[in-house]
Amino acid sequence: METLGHLAHGFSVAFTPVNLLWCLLGTTLGTAIGVLPGLGPALTIALLLPITYQVAPEASFILFAGIYYGAMYGGSTTSILLNTPGESATIVTALEGNKMARSGRGGAALATSAIGSFVAGTIGTMGVAFLAPVVVKFALAFGPAEYFSLMVLAFITVSAVLGSSSVRGLTSLFAGFVIGMIGVDLQTGQPRFTFGMTELLDGVDVIIAAVGLFAVGETLYMASRRYAGKDEIVPLKGSLYMTSAEWGRSWKPWLRGAAIGFPIGAMPAGGAEIPTFLSYAIEKKLSKHKEEFGTVGAIEGVAGPEAANNASAAGVLVPMLTLGLPTSATAAIMLSAFQSYGINPGPLLLTTQGDLVWGLIASLFIANVILVILNLPLIGLWVRLLKIPAPQLYAGILVFATVGTYGISQSPIDLVILYLLGAAGFLMRRFDFPTAPVIIGMILGPLAETQFRRAMTISNGDWSVFYTHKLSLTLLTLAFIGLAGPHIWAFIEHRRRRGPEHVPGDA
Amino acid sequence: MSTSDQQVAPRRLAVPESLIGVGLLACAGAVAWQTLAIPVSPLYSKVGPTVFPYLTMVGLVVLSLLLILAALRGGWQPEEERETPTDWKAMGFVVIGLLANLLLIQPLGFTAASVIMFVLVCYGFGSKRTLRDAVLGLILALAAYFGFARALGVNIGAGFIENQLDTVIDAIIGTFGG
Repeated sequence: METLGHLAHGFSVAFTPVNLLWCLLGTTLGTAIGVLPGLGPALTIALLLPITYQVAPEASFILFAGIYYGAMYGGSTTSILLNTPGESATIVTALEGNKMARSGRGGAALATSAIGSFVAGTIGTMGVAFLAPVVVKFALAFGPAEYFSLMVLAFITVSAVLGSSSVRGLTSLFAGFVIGMIGVDLQTGQPRFTFGMTELLDGVDVIIAAVGLFAVGETLYMASRRYAGKDEIVPLKGSLYMTSAEWGRSWKPWLRGAAIGFPIGAMPAGGAEIPTFLSYAIEKKLSKHKEEFGTVGAIEGVAGPEAANNASAAGVLVPMLTLGLPTSATAAIMLSAFQSYGINPGPLLLTTQGDLVWGLIASLFIANVILVILNLPLIGLWVRLLKIPAPQLYAGILVFATVGTYGISQSPIDLVILYLLGAAGFLMRRFDFPTAPVIIGMILGPLAETQFRRAMTISNGDWSVFYTHKLSLTLLTLAFIGLAGPHIWAFIEHRRRRGPEHVPGDA
Repeated sequence: MSTSDQQVAPRRLAVPESLIGVGLLACAGAVAWQTLAIPVSPLYSKVGPTVFPYLTMVGLVVLSLLLILAALRGGWQPEEERETPTDWKAMGFVVIGLLANLLLIQPLGFTAASVIMFVLVCYGFGSKRTLRDAVLGLILALAAYFGFARALGVNIGAGFIENQLDTVIDAIIGTFGG
């Protein structure tokens, strides 16, 4: 019940007029960038990072959290009406949602996704409030060796287990490590990977990395693919209100989606893809209207994955706030915002920064309420945003990319780095390398190195600490299973399937 | 979803993918070169600043070899990507726009450089109304400069447009505020 007291205090922080305004600003901005293709929460929060020098931590985190949640709501609108998933997490929403819109039920699809997001977002935020103190108790027992092993596990899950290829995911992660190591080594003061350039001594700013990969890379990619054809906006037809039959078909998928999404998001693996796909598969199996899947669009196939997506987005905040372990690009950039305030997220955060954490959690509840209002009665406004033509949209994104980058130190070198990273981002997009592990590797890599060196210093250079500590060994074993397991499984499957096919007499 | 329909004909070496693998190998080489350049003080000989760079280098070498292997087996591009021709002209205009921004931002200032970039990028993406784009770019750049940069307290270096406007704004404030 301690949690309820903390939450009440959190609401007293979040309910100040100024913080409510930040929340409103964040959710509005978040919905807008979620709706616009080519802009995402990671890029937006990166561009807004300089605000951490201007306002109190509570204010900027309420703003960032509003953007984070808002982008989820906005992204589903784009998936449903445009069939261009803004984020990987909304791919599944586009499957059924766009079919529904095409058969004139776009209103119901938008409604079930917004209300489902609200339900699951609220459940997920409640999960954060109640689970975070539990994880903290557990995490207080962690030493540097355990932290390092936990980070290794997170590295493997975010890059190798999720996504289409573990080799490409790990390549992105290691590229992130290299970028993260550029600059002065904090423990010894030695410059690393600077190629003798003084501009690189401070390292590559996370703003430049995020803007380069997500804005410049994306713009180049979209320019290169103009021959691929465009998706048409499906005009919004039908009432925004769901019939009682649609309510009846929606509420169970919402709850199931939340139950799938939150735990997976809260694991140090993160990622909204697995829970959304899982929810979709389950709803398809349980639905009484299987014939609507893939044809006219089934409402369960929108309600479930959307709920799973939002609940997992809330879940990601648990390892972020309690362990300082970001498992998505957006969370990694939020972590760098904590660093910019000189705050180290970890088990002590809840006690040392109680106002901040509980204010943030309370503001997430408020954000959910604001978002369901913004995204249902005001949906027409956001649909209009979808009509911004691509040339001006991408040119505008590049203008803001320049402000964010050049503003750091007015150095053209920063722009050169930005463009180089943009070129890399283009190649990664074109050749199907995930970009989020770069950002995670860049932020979390140096933290993992610090824990590693700390552990080695305590053990006096003895490597065995990582496998003699039981917890550390368990985490490393899990990481190994995550890396090797799918390959072993695929090999067995392959043998098994091959077997009967080659039985003589089959032909 | 069966495995048999994917194996049409054994594919040959995929050139772009193998170039990526080789490029990554070169990056690993650069990492090795830069790691060797890190001076290690004997005080930190146990886990010094070079341990992680070496681990990263080994990882990159292994990964680039795996990528080259995948390229030798026909690459990994999705069919749809391979079949969509790249619009080099559009990309070229975006690149020219970015380079123009880089070269002009110091001599001309942020706003003027941004307008030029905006127009070039719009043209690359197929917009033919250059004058309208220039006006839009100007409005957006000024909004970015006065709204975004100033609200965030970011200094993005003023050029002649910003200076003129600053003088005008100061004059207005002086007239009405004083």
